[in-house]
Amino acid sequence: MSVASAAKPNRAIGRLVTTPTFGPLIVLVAFCAVFSLATRTFWAAGNLSLVVQQSVIVGTLAIGQTMIILTAGIDLANGGIAVLGTIIAGRLVAQEQNPALSLLFALVLCTCFGLTAGMLVSRLMLPPFIVTLGLLGIITAITRLVAQGGAFPVTDDLLSWTGNAFAIGDTSITYGMIIMFCLYLLVWYLLTQTGWGRHVYAIGNNREAARLVGIPVQARLLSVYTFAGLLYGIGAWLALGRIPNADPNALQNANLDSITAVVIGGTSLFGGRGSLWGTLIGTLIVAVLRNGLTLTGIDPLWQDLVTGILVISAVALDQMSRRRQR
Amino acid sequence: MCTGTTRAAALRAARLHNTRIHYWNEPRIQTGPRRTPGRVPASLSTAFAAVAVSMAGVLGGAMPSANAAATDQITIGLVTKTEVNPYFVKLRQAATAEAEKQGAKLIARFGKFDGDNEGQVAAVEDLISAGVKGILITPNNSTGMLGIIKKAREKGVLVIALDTATDPADAVDATLATDNFEAGLLQGQYARKALGSKAPKLAMLDGSPGGTVDVQRHDGFLKGFGLKEGDPAIVGKQNTHGAQDEGQTAMENLLTAHPDINVVYTINEPAAEGAYAAIKARGKLKDIVLTSIDGGRLGVQYVKDGKIAATVMQFPKIMATRGVDYVVDYVKSGKKPSGFINTGASLITDKPFSDLKSKDTKWGLENCWGLVAPTGNADKRVALVN
Repeated sequence: MSVASAAKPNRAIGRLVTTPTFGPLIVLVAFCAVFSLATRTFWAAGNLSLVVQQSVIVGTLAIGQTMIILTAGIDLANGGIAVLGTIIAGRLVAQEQNPALSLLFALVLCTCFGLTAGMLVSRLMLPPFIVTLGLLGIITAITRLVAQGGAFPVTDDLLSWTGNAFAIGDTSITYGMIIMFCLYLLVWYLLTQTGWGRHVYAIGNNREAARLVGIPVQARLLSVYTFAGLLYGIGAWLALGRIPNADPNALQNANLDSITAVVIGGTSLFGGRGSLWGTLIGTLIVAVLRNGLTLTGIDPLWQDLVTGILVISAVALDQMSRRRQR
Repeated sequence: MCTGTTRAAALRAARLHNTRIHYWNEPRIQTGPRRTPGRVPASLSTAFAAVAVSMAGVLGGAMPSANAAATDQITIGLVTKTEVNPYFVKLRQAATAEAEKQGAKLIARFGKFDGDNEGQVAAVEDLISAGVKGILITPNNSTGMLGIIKKAREKGVLVIALDTATDPADAVDATLATDNFEAGLLQGQYARKALGSKAPKLAMLDGSPGGTVDVQRHDGFLKGFGLKEGDPAIVGKQNTHGAQDEGQTAMENLLTAHPDINVVYTINEPAAEGAYAAIKARGKLKDIVLTSIDGGRLGVQYVKDGKIAATVMQFPKIMATRGVDYVVDYVKSGKKPSGFINTGASLITDKPFSDLKSKDTKWGLENCWGLVAPTGNADKRVALVN
């Protein structure tokens, strides 16, 4: 890599253009520019921090989703796991249990569901799609059983702490936003700067080859799914901060929303290629579209339409680049 | 670098096994120093970006009213539960029409599914950013929106709940809604009379567990019918989420378990339509009193066709138009509405009882909400829809 960065400027531009996050970044900048020109309200510190606040839950779930998709897997249960986390914590606190222990219990439970998915995928070699689809059904049923048809309004300070905000200028920055960014930094470091991370990419690229070169594929897969489960638990905490109400009907689309963010962010659904920052950009693109179209007063159905076009374009791009490399 | 060590490990492994690892030479694994995995050809990446930029340009061009905020025009936000239910589509259309009439501008948003609190909270945040003077909202969950509603009111935005009250009800400035308990009560009273002297075997096709409106209608029905929760005459309860397919499945299963069911409560007309199909398939149309609630165009048509004995109509159009009027009035005069404002409910049936006030389906079709715009030949159009 040092060779490339020391090369001529046009080589540097070439590198920039071929970076997988370049396309998504341009898309984000373009939409921001359009909405800034079209409205007086979009490009304001308060509104921009709002857009990030709105991205916190899906953004965090999408970190786990990115790791799993990088291993050529997919996770349909992430939203379900997070909702179960909110319900467990909400109900325990409603029954006057210790809030810190309740939250910890919810985190452990979410991690255990990640572990379960990991066991099924790595040991029994079941397809991740089926495993997480089944888990989603199981977890949704457990959620409804625990909730008993009700929602739990959360009044506890610890559970809703991630929604507390402080201001820098006109912005409103929640602790949840900071937690999300820290998680992105941490996972980015793990994925790109450690052997564990390179193993994740290698497994997604070619599981058999990874096994043959001595990568402990099963252990790595297990660790990815378990870690993702922990991240979903943290996502549950962030969700309680954003909306202090544990609702069994919430986040039904979070699994697809997180996959959308990952794919728009340039990560290949077939594994092994992509970047975590792309996922963050993908999450922000969706949020910016939703916010901007509201500010301009356009029918929000356009948001879904544009998002759909972006998803297909991103996958088409991925496929074309794969074919060229063969 | 780690990729280097991986590669070295691979080469070592290859030497050890004395085999040539064929995948290793495939370009899919890019471990060379220049090409890290995930790199894409420049032309493709720029093509993607170009598509997106042009799309953004098209969207930018499609924003004729984008600078509405720059004028003195009153903007009003509307946040409905979902866009899949014609009830909320009607609510939105009526609000848009009334806003136009008043010279105001309506920005509409909606949740993606029943229970999408996150989507609704984000919508209210965006609307506050857009500088609306008032927000009309049908909350997905009575307690899910309290924080953001408080924030909106602190910024001087008038917040009116439409259709569904918040909990507590005074979290919003005012609530414009059907009294769903009363609506359920009417449904229950009718079902009791229609059943005559027979001992009731009641099946209840509910909406979603814990939904505010769902509970009020359910409880109202039981009150009107004269049964207490847990009475053995209630032979079965199922959640249909107000959907036709789930209503049909639930009714099929309930009829299998209890072939003697003779009266059915449904949360709304799609669920009733599903229940009708199940009852018809069992050949039990004559034995069962099927009642519903909502007052959608197709629902009234079902009553007219004799599929449903009676339904209770509510009036989203009145909620929407009065909501818009209140916001305009608030901006002009500073006056705020307050409390619960009942927009009414009417029993619709062609088999009326003299001691129970009701309207016939002709009146119903003229005054209902639903898929087809009310025109002179509404009946013909509905026939086409069916």
